[in-house]
Amino acid sequence: MNEIPHDVLIIGAGGAGLRAAMAVVEANPDLSIGLVSKVYPMRSHTVSAEGGMAAVIKSNDAREHHIYDTISGSDWLADQDAVEIFVDEAPRELIQLEHWGCPWSREDSGHVAVRPFGGMQIERTWYAADKTGFHVLHALFQTSLQFSQITRYDEYFATTLLTAYGRCQGCVALELRTGELHVLRANAVIICTGGFGRVFPFTTNGSIKTGDGLALAYRAGVALKDMEFVQYHPTGLPGTGILITEASRGEGGILLNNQGRRYLQDYDLGEPLDVHDPRHPQNRAMELGPRDRLSQAFMHEQAAGRTFDGEYGDYVQLDVRHLGEDRINTRIPFVRELASNYAGIDPVAEPIPVRPVVHYTMGGIDTDVHGATPLPGLYAAGECACVSINGANRLGSNSLTELVVFGARAGRHAAAAVARQQLSDGPEIDRQVAAERDRVAELRARPAGGERVAVIRDGLTTAMEAGAGIFRDEDSLSACCATLRELEERVARISLDDSSPVYNTELISALEIDGMVDIAQALAHAALDRTESRGSHQRTDYAARDDANYLKHSMAYRTDGDPRIEYKDVVITRWPPAERVYGSTADKDGMPST
Amino acid sequence: MSDTTVQLEVFRYRPDNDGPTFQSYEVPYHDDWVVLDALNYVKNYIDGSLSFRWSCRMGVCGSCGMQVNGEPALTCAVFLRDHMPGPIRVEPLVNFPVERDLVVDSNGFMEKLDHVKPYLVREDETDDLDAEYLQTPIQLDRYKQFSMCINCMLCYAACPVIGRVDEFIGPAALALAQRYNLDSRDQGKQMRQDVIFQNEGIWECTFVGECSEVCPKHVDPAGAIQQAKLEGAYDYYKRLLTPWARRS
Repeated sequence: MNEIPHDVLIIGAGGAGLRAAMAVVEANPDLSIGLVSKVYPMRSHTVSAEGGMAAVIKSNDAREHHIYDTISGSDWLADQDAVEIFVDEAPRELIQLEHWGCPWSREDSGHVAVRPFGGMQIERTWYAADKTGFHVLHALFQTSLQFSQITRYDEYFATTLLTAYGRCQGCVALELRTGELHVLRANAVIICTGGFGRVFPFTTNGSIKTGDGLALAYRAGVALKDMEFVQYHPTGLPGTGILITEASRGEGGILLNNQGRRYLQDYDLGEPLDVHDPRHPQNRAMELGPRDRLSQAFMHEQAAGRTFDGEYGDYVQLDVRHLGEDRINTRIPFVRELASNYAGIDPVAEPIPVRPVVHYTMGGIDTDVHGATPLPGLYAAGECACVSINGANRLGSNSLTELVVFGARAGRHAAAAVARQQLSDGPEIDRQVAAERDRVAELRARPAGGERVAVIRDGLTTAMEAGAGIFRDEDSLSACCATLRELEERVARISLDDSSPVYNTELISALEIDGMVDIAQALAHAALDRTESRGSHQRTDYAARDDANYLKHSMAYRTDGDPRIEYKDVVITRWPPAERVYGSTADKDGMPST
Repeated sequence: MSDTTVQLEVFRYRPDNDGPTFQSYEVPYHDDWVVLDALNYVKNYIDGSLSFRWSCRMGVCGSCGMQVNGEPALTCAVFLRDHMPGPIRVEPLVNFPVERDLVVDSNGFMEKLDHVKPYLVREDETDDLDAEYLQTPIQLDRYKQFSMCINCMLCYAACPVIGRVDEFIGPAALALAQRYNLDSRDQGKQMRQDVIFQNEGIWECTFVGECSEVCPKHVDPAGAIQQAKLEGAYDYYKRLLTPWARRS
């Protein structure tokens, strides 16, 4: 088997992976970097991000505000040391993107423009119209092309990590084009493979978001942290799950139930202002409340019969008509394009049907503020990682920023670490490589007539939505855990229609689903064990937040049986837990007014 | 929901097997299904051996370009209803070598992108990250359209020159070069012009405009190429003939 040495190996080439790669080059231009991705870098799901990226740059803003918004948005589950670093490093990282050619939308003065976003008390979201992720990803990818230190392995699927002497030393990767397995060796491996929204049936996530990197780390013994926290974005198109960006509300769009009422006023999110009032939209209020609260409000409206019936489930209306055609075309052109193409709705003339949709996974691979996992040599950054700055609910426009801040940190830290390490050889690596070769060969050799990948996937996603959706309880989660256990057994009986070594995408799907069932169990068990409600994790049988027992990160470890769930204290620096207050009862700082 | 079905005629090819064939699949018809939905139905429930690329299914990742009834298109954006009653023929993008079924070899395309040095080139000694480079909305507008390319490669499938001259750097890469050339923050235009005007094929592009016709993002690569030719050729030859004349 081919063995290819690098100093740093990066798995995943979206926003975090590309930023990490360039951070390694900046830190030490003599290092060789292998950049492994199951898709060409510009296909990575960063491309689909729309609304923008948060960073404090305007004179009316201050770091304390961004920190407080993020922590309160997280329902106090974010680590405050990590949030402080995140907020402090965000502006320079966004300026770096600007210097790398990102076409940020501008003010007439030539300075970067910002827009309001949900849960943020001051407008601080940089944007490139409503294709921010697309522009950021392409700017990063195109910029990376000038660095000869970066060797790309496009369309290589990493199947397992290699560890020996207590250190991660590389991975095995399957080359889609040939079906060959390659051994990629390095003294540091950074996982940047994105989230795992695809364990749910209705999601904004592209098909590639199967959580592969989480499964790699989990199987190497690293804990998955805070897996029970899954973000439902309040405004997806019914049926397709295509995202209608929060920027549509940042620009002034409103949400209406079937009575034509701006129903968010009934859920402690403040009082609505007229859409033509110059103070509309109000930051941290109504349509600019946090995503968890908005998605939960939808569920209550649905239960009360105040949503619209549709072919693909109930929905409410997102109305942006009052913005007018010009503003829609300049600020949210992609919203118009998507609504027209996929829902047959022109937002200039009609409200857009929307409903909550799985969008982002707050949990992920346990890392510290350097992106380092507890396994020496292994790092993670981006949505696959949990530092944690997002806690129980991420604020819109913090995730793209997280990619570059923590992608860069992981890259720098890995670069410094490999300079001090020698690559260790050993029969242990050979044994692991041989075992992985056998695992893939066995899967390919199974006789026909076994389980179908798609049927297992359908079973998984159905179980997750039924058992671990927006509202959960002990019964639903227990049933979900039991179904997942059965699915794990059925995964072992998957057989493939496709016997070709070349572009065997069914084989890749089988390897993906194998990992998805694993990490879904971490999610369901962590949710079952957390007997409180916090942020996106809402237990109908434990409706209150319980700081006495659960101001803690869940840590799921893989075992031969059910995952083992442990807990780790949240880092509190200067912001003790308080009530989350949105709307008119909050003063300008977002703090509860007295 | 509906009981009707539609027939797909799908190009099949395995390099480790016999030559290409077409295979027919009967799939359910839904008013709001795109061709990609039908392909996924085949892969999931009829024939797992069918290979194709896809991811975002919202027209921005650029993975799922194929020929649909002979026209290059993003299969996530082509509705079955616009091709009824069928059958609907699905083939890999033309002008690319086929790897397998509907998967084409994109490596040549990736090299062409790389070739035009698609990144900001600056003469600054250091990169000061305390402030952004200023750029007015008017300056942004000059290149914005050319920055919208999703690298879906449909324009290469549509391009009559690529069909004859493999080395032609092609519409998307030329539009990308122009995107940076027109960016007020960039200082690398001359370097890119050297690449562009030494390339085989650019003079054969005759503004047929097929590339702009098929572009799902209205990037107008044909316009970019004509623009580059008009303003670039003059600079380029002037510099060749008067090497002492420095760009101001």
